Amino acid sequence: MSALLSVRDLSVEFTTYGQTAKVLQGVSLDVQAHAQIALVGESGSGKTVTMKAIMGLLRQPPACITGGQILYDGRDLLMLADRDRVALRGTAMSMVFQDPMSSLNPVFTIADQMTTILKYADRRLGRVRGARDRMARVHEVLAQVRMREPERVSASYPIMLSGGMRQRVLIAMALLSEPALLIADEPGTALDVTTQAQILRLLKDLVTQRGLALLMITHNLGVVRETSSYVYVMNKGRVVEEAETATLFANPQSDYTKSLIAAVPRLTGGTRYGTVTP
Amino acid sequence: MSAMLEIRGLSKTFPTRSAFGRATGEVSAVADVSFAIEKGQVYGLAGESGSGKSTIARMIMGLTRPTSGSILIDGQDIAGQIGTQAHGARVQMVFQNPGASLNPRRTVAQSIAVPLVAHDFARADQPRRTAELLDMVQLPRVFAQRYPHELSGGQKQRVAIARALAVAPRLLVLDEPTSALDVSVQARVMDLLTDLGRTLDLTFLFISHDLSLMRNFAQRVGILYLGKIVETGETASVFEHPRHDYTRLLLASVPVISAEEEAMRPLIPLIDGEIPTAEKLLALRGQTTGKVT
Repeated sequence: MSALLSVRDLSVEFTTYGQTAKVLQGVSLDVQAHAQIALVGESGSGKTVTMKAIMGLLRQPPACITGGQILYDGRDLLMLADRDRVALRGTAMSMVFQDPMSSLNPVFTIADQMTTILKYADRRLGRVRGARDRMARVHEVLAQVRMREPERVSASYPIMLSGGMRQRVLIAMALLSEPALLIADEPGTALDVTTQAQILRLLKDLVTQRGLALLMITHNLGVVRETSSYVYVMNKGRVVEEAETATLFANPQSDYTKSLIAAVPRLTGGTRYGTVTP
Repeated sequence: MSAMLEIRGLSKTFPTRSAFGRATGEVSAVADVSFAIEKGQVYGLAGESGSGKSTIARMIMGLTRPTSGSILIDGQDIAGQIGTQAHGARVQMVFQNPGASLNPRRTVAQSIAVPLVAHDFARADQPRRTAELLDMVQLPRVFAQRYPHELSGGQKQRVAIARALAVAPRLLVLDEPTSALDVSVQARVMDLLTDLGRTLDLTFLFISHDLSLMRNFAQRVGILYLGKIVETGETASVFEHPRHDYTRLLLASVPVISAEEEAMRPLIPLIDGEIPTAEKLLALRGQTTGKVT
């Protein structure tokens, strides 16, 4: 089976003030259709750069893609003209961003922002849809993310919504034009733990019900275990380990993964902090 | 054993105001909270945003005046001592985001000197004390001349800890000290705090929303919800036999990495929709029964 998204040997360098840093060194990962994949790493591991390269959001310069391919449905995204690349963004693949406070425009209502997205997506796909149909679609998607009153929510400004509701609006935006692949960048990390649990469950339900592929980018191993069936572990610009999620936790292979798992405090207790004095 | 910190019937209400600044009522941020921390122990306060945990920390630090109730540190009521050297020498605080709590225009040595100067520490002795503090938090002494932007997140938090320890307080309030850090860095900062607690005989009030971390660091916990402690006790017993529905909800929401931990999570349906927070209750109250003061 060929993958929906396949990153092959991706290398990225950043040049600032004449100094070059190799940020990604031969990163490869596959996302099959309908699969739930996690990409986990600490800050500086390159997970966000990988995500940005996939979405075509890397600013070049300072970034420079020095090698590799990003295949979506068999087409190399790096070879596409900008116009074709943009057309895929938000239609074939969508992103759910981390921070619901800064990803929404404070001066427009949710309906304004969502219909605008839909209008451009329709234009790219050559679809024709009237204003009333667009509004109906917005309400439909808001209901899908379990908003009780889609009409009221769509007429609201972001400041009128709670953090959890804003995060759900972002998920709704990503779903607007029925993408096949959803890329989620640490959704819910800015939220309270009970709200985060709801958001993760919602994402999981949507992905399974609608048959989407999910690429979950996170630093939280708990989130990896809850949302994915296959996982890639990144460290210092490389994929250091990949495995079925259950296998990774049961039998981690690389030293880095082992140390990462060991550093996570357990709900069952048993972590001894402090240096052991002989 | 005696209590290092004792909090009795602590309450704080804030006035609510209309867009034009007129008082429209009040909101109760902390409502009749009582707990005590024995010397050398770690007490964890767990709660989500709006639970009042930061307001409690601010009242202990003397940054906010309680509406009623009392705070005793080492047996002495802090009322009337706020802003004095005596109060500052007993309790210090480590904040959540070291990127924001360290002044970017001060070197590490200058940041650490602020509490030293405020406590009339002899200028000639400052370099020696700074070096001693850097040793304590396991940073190289040359870091004294560095600026915050030259340090990693974990290093910055170590500087913040050094600054808090500068005047040798007995009680340290830790407000989410590792929530901005990577998990491996978090483990090392927790190691450091544990070691310091042991060698300096410190007492900690540990405020966090991370229940897994709390389970491994605090001997006793209090679960805060809407300004009230809904459950308190030995950490192990609260986590293994939660009594309050909110404690169960919190435990059920924690993402975990093993089947053993999963077995610990209460099997309750996660509420779909919004869990009421103080902020939202206030909004509701403001519309309906706003009490005018």
